[in-house]
Amino acid sequence: MTTLVDASPSDADGLLPATKKFSGGGLGQYILIRFLLIFPTIFILVTMVFFLMRITGDPITAAMGGRLPADQLQERIQAAGYDRPLLVQYFEYLGQLATGNFGRTLTDNRAVVEMLTTYGSATLELTINALLVALLVGIPLGMVAAHRRDKAPDAVLRVFAILCYATPVFFAGMLLKLTFAVWLGWLPVAGRAKTSSELALTSLEAPTGIYWLDALRSGNMAALSDVLAHAVLPAVALGLLTAGIFLRLVRTNVIGTLGRDYVEAGRSRGVSEYRLVTKHAYKPALIPIITVMGLQIAVMLGGAVLTEKTFEWKGLGFQLANYLTARDFVAVQGIVVLLAIIVAMTNFIVDIIAALIDPRVRY
Amino acid sequence: MSIPAVPVPMESPRAPWYRRLPVISHYNKSVGLQRGMLVAGLILTSAFVLTAIFAPLLAPYGFAQLSDSDGNFPTQQAPGGKHLLGTTVGGYDVLSRVIWGAQTAILVIVVAVAMSIVVGVVLGLVSGYLGGWLDRILVVIADAVYAFPSLLVAIVMAIVISGGQSSLIGGIFAAGTAITLVFIPQYFRVIRAETVRLKAEPFVESAKVVGASNIRIMSRHIYRNATRTLPLIFTLNASEAILTLAGLGFLGFGIEPSSAAEWGFDLNKALADTTSGIWWTGMFPGLAIVLTVVGLTLVGESINDLNDPRLRGRKSRGGSSPAPVDNAAMAIEVRAS
Repeated sequence: MTTLVDASPSDADGLLPATKKFSGGGLGQYILIRFLLIFPTIFILVTMVFFLMRITGDPITAAMGGRLPADQLQERIQAAGYDRPLLVQYFEYLGQLATGNFGRTLTDNRAVVEMLTTYGSATLELTINALLVALLVGIPLGMVAAHRRDKAPDAVLRVFAILCYATPVFFAGMLLKLTFAVWLGWLPVAGRAKTSSELALTSLEAPTGIYWLDALRSGNMAALSDVLAHAVLPAVALGLLTAGIFLRLVRTNVIGTLGRDYVEAGRSRGVSEYRLVTKHAYKPALIPIITVMGLQIAVMLGGAVLTEKTFEWKGLGFQLANYLTARDFVAVQGIVVLLAIIVAMTNFIVDIIAALIDPRVRY
Repeated sequence: MSIPAVPVPMESPRAPWYRRLPVISHYNKSVGLQRGMLVAGLILTSAFVLTAIFAPLLAPYGFAQLSDSDGNFPTQQAPGGKHLLGTTVGGYDVLSRVIWGAQTAILVIVVAVAMSIVVGVVLGLVSGYLGGWLDRILVVIADAVYAFPSLLVAIVMAIVISGGQSSLIGGIFAAGTAITLVFIPQYFRVIRAETVRLKAEPFVESAKVVGASNIRIMSRHIYRNATRTLPLIFTLNASEAILTLAGLGFLGFGIEPSSAAEWGFDLNKALADTTSGIWWTGMFPGLAIVLTVVGLTLVGESINDLNDPRLRGRKSRGGSSPAPVDNAAMAIEVRAS
């Protein structure tokens, strides 16, 4: 993806031959080509998952094998069409996908699309919360580290950043849970909300599925505080993972811009060090954050699977783990396809933003 | 230059050979905080490696041992007495499983990194050197896999290979292969980019002129020059491999507890204990993961910083350095799941 090419100059030579070859024109052309590149990405991932899953056998044997006698099993396989040649099934699957038909889950017989929207909103909420935590923690601390470069605060913050990266989200989640939920009893142990507020929120008219948004819209303050209390620990656990990366990026880039002439000029005019860091050096240092944001979303989605399992947060990741254990391949494929679309779209949007900010990207 | 010089970027060539070894030369170049970070990383990493090697001697019990001559181990016993770090809900000794876990982790790292280096380097060389449609396709595939959450790729692979659970050797190879698929695109990208750059160098052209075959040019002239950054990626990937393995184990797609000790799996089992305030079953395997990854990351980052003169320790506060490129950070954030 272009995101990374921008980020690391050593990769800059010819990693994206397709873009390089065709783009010479303006922004419009760049956006078009970048948009068209979404499709191969999704297509490749869908194809990979389809064939990899099929290597292990057909979904029905995997899900029901051992629980049904052989002849009944065979009947079901035939009824579902899994005994036909793989390629036929593959093209049929692609055709269904193109019309937005994801099929029905095998274990609980739900429409995959409905399952995706229900749990997807929970994952979306978790990811937004975590991203907020990451930005609120990472950017200010990165500025502090850059400002106090090579001093004690810098050393402490660098170790903190490494710890953020080195701690698996589920371990961080477990520690947070132990401390704040079990020992101190300040916050709930798991879940997204109490049953009462969950009922109140899901019975709303046209709920977004993002609980705090629904609570705000309906003006249900009791539910809002309950939802927020539940959201804190998962958001911190997942957010810290990315916060460390943002911290490092901001630090490195603020150090870079602090050495520039215009900052020196500001300093000679008597602008305070604080203002230099927060106003002058800080803004150009944010561009790299935007460019890595795309990859970070992918990282967060991976982390969300683990976070959701840790906190029994009933989102896509939690369901994915369940469906995987039950070998419900149709559901798994649906989730993977949705994630592939999200990842590809995020990368697209991020690349466009990067191109708007920095015209050199779209050469 | 018809023969590419083997790069020795570290010390002056006159220094004795042992001072030119990668880590030692880095140590000599480091100052202050940076040296502290490198040393801390080396200590943690060697502790990890030594624990893995001497696990049979260090561990008081076997990883799957449930009883000794005095009878069955108690379950969920608090740390102290016969079981220094307590026992799990299944009656395993926590300390023993933490120690044996190091062995599993190192085996998976070796398998995963070795396989991905081989495949990634070969594909990168061929793709970058030959170019054309093969190159295009490989780049698009690598990008697609690369952009996707790595843990999910690993989960899918783990299920495909082992059906989710398996024996020691099978499990290590399953986990290793699952992680390999995640890493190949990284090596592929780096090596391919280097190859594309080197292909235009005069020494490649002269090799062509004297009639060297494509395979010879790739395997001798380009390979040696393109693989300089690999040690760095290796250290960074080793820590990612541990995190991915732990993630797989945590989700229940790792190695069965009776075939090997695996930190992520133990954390999975410990999750239910947390609610009742039992902390020792999760705390120690978790700390083992954190310390190992911190150690490897510190070493990797120090090497990265020391290789880049712009990031090497500054002695004076004056002087403006150009915006340094935080390669380690770039490589890290890629796969921090």
